[in-house]
Amino acid sequence: MIDVRNVFKTFWLPHELKALVDVSVSIAPGEVVVVIGPSGSGKSTLLRCLNRLETADSGHIFIDGIDVLDPRTNINKVRAEVGMVFQSFNLFPHKNVLDNITLAQKVVRKRSRAEARERAQALLRKVGIQEKSAAYPDQLSGGQQQRVAIARALAMDPKVMLFDEPTSALDPEMIGEVLEVMKNLAREGMTMVVVTHEMGFAREVADRVVFMDAGSIVEAGPPEHFFSHPTHGRTKLFLSQILK
Amino acid sequence: MRLPRGTPRKKRGRSYYISALAFIVLVSGLAAALYIATVRVDYVWGWNRIPQYFFYREKIEFRAETEGKIERITAEGDRRRVVVKDADGEHAIDVPAEGVRVAQGDIVSPGDLLAVHERWQAGLLMQGLWLTIKVSLIATLFGVLIGLFAGIARISTNPFFRWAALTYVEIIRGSPLLVQIFIWYFVLGTLINSILAQYGIAQIPPLWYGVASMATFAGAYVAEIVRAGIQSIHRGQNEAARSLGMSYAQAMVHVILPQAIRRILPPLAGEFISLIKDSSLLGIIAIRELTKATREVVTTSLQAFELWFICALLYLMLTFTLSLGVKYLERRMVT
Repeated sequence: MIDVRNVFKTFWLPHELKALVDVSVSIAPGEVVVVIGPSGSGKSTLLRCLNRLETADSGHIFIDGIDVLDPRTNINKVRAEVGMVFQSFNLFPHKNVLDNITLAQKVVRKRSRAEARERAQALLRKVGIQEKSAAYPDQLSGGQQQRVAIARALAMDPKVMLFDEPTSALDPEMIGEVLEVMKNLAREGMTMVVVTHEMGFAREVADRVVFMDAGSIVEAGPPEHFFSHPTHGRTKLFLSQILK
Repeated sequence: MRLPRGTPRKKRGRSYYISALAFIVLVSGLAAALYIATVRVDYVWGWNRIPQYFFYREKIEFRAETEGKIERITAEGDRRRVVVKDADGEHAIDVPAEGVRVAQGDIVSPGDLLAVHERWQAGLLMQGLWLTIKVSLIATLFGVLIGLFAGIARISTNPFFRWAALTYVEIIRGSPLLVQIFIWYFVLGTLINSILAQYGIAQIPPLWYGVASMATFAGAYVAEIVRAGIQSIHRGQNEAARSLGMSYAQAMVHVILPQAIRRILPPLAGEFISLIKDSSLLGIIAIRELTKATREVVTTSLQAFELWFICALLYLMLTFTLSLGVKYLERRMVT
């Protein structure tokens, strides 16, 4: 489903910053991959390169067989198949919950108003906030906003879902409700790439955990093996710090 | 911030009233000084002569052109139809009942008064005021359109659009409006009208060169307002829209601009206010807007002092009304 080959990405924010160094990873349909690592390790950059919110400098990224980095690729078509959930939700503040979810359906998928509304209502039920469809984003709690954001991404019927630290901006008591939605999604067989610091989620839901540091993938493996028998020194250090 | 009604106000101290008094003394002192100065130079104030330059009664006279006879006078409501019969046949004039100066059967000679009627006409000042409003409105409309495109082009990743917009904005903002008006009228206007003349097409009147100069001038400032408005929208909004598969244009239209416009509106209205004031420069290319009209009235009436105060007051009236509107808008945008 996702195939990343030898991807490099360097930022020039006055000084050189190697965000991704020769990253290769392949993700099968239905697989849930959790990317962890210290901040600045390139996890978010990798995720944002997958739908070309950042353009990788070199290498290849294939999503469902389509080369994302090929300039001839219609990136909007690819993005319509790749849902993304952001740390800061990024709901559209001038539209209510329902319109947030129907907008892209109508504009990109060319669905009728009725069809888009029906899909939106179904998704709101799924994420457990059907009663909030007329509310505006600033009237919702962080957890509710993030669930709307997930529904908004799902409304496009994507083949892949990318989560960029979806719970990092949430108050602790709201993290659970968002993770619950994500777990259900994983159970239904959605292909997911999740950047997170929620080790519990990684342990419970991930098919594979990828540990990144300094722009490279240091270690990857199934969670039970990853958490109990990390092979690499940096992985051990990171886990010992985060699981304290 | 507005306090809810009935909130007890902080009691005003003595210093408040002393300052208020000082302010009143200042204003009335200045007015008195001005008045005394005008008396010293024997200026004769004639405020009563001013209203006629806003509205006046125009007298229209109908006189017989040939030898003839009043054939009949028919009533149509409170108007009268006077029919004159002469060698050529019958001629009719339509006037209000009280204006008829002849009776049925009268013999009239050329030059004889048949009827008069008076009507209200807008004076020069009124016409000038209207033209100022008209020019400002049209220029704002085009200025906003130009500015919207230039503002979006200014933050485009395409160097062609970015540089084109940047060049436009810098040139316009870096040169005086007066010079720009001259260039539009004496350079571009001459070129365009000469070429039009070669093809036998009607000339474009100076008004439109004036409007063009104002619109391009305002456009550059609007472009910066639009740019700032768009850039003030969080980057995540665009990323969210694009990650859903929307194109650049779709994200702009559905997500970025609707949010940006709320922030753009108040400064945009402020731009409109300065445009009204800047339009006073258009008089130099023979557009009879408010300032030019005032100048013309001054030369005929010689009541320069009153008229220039009136002129300033009229501009103030326009801009103040607008800024009240802006305040209202701002209050609504916040909530």
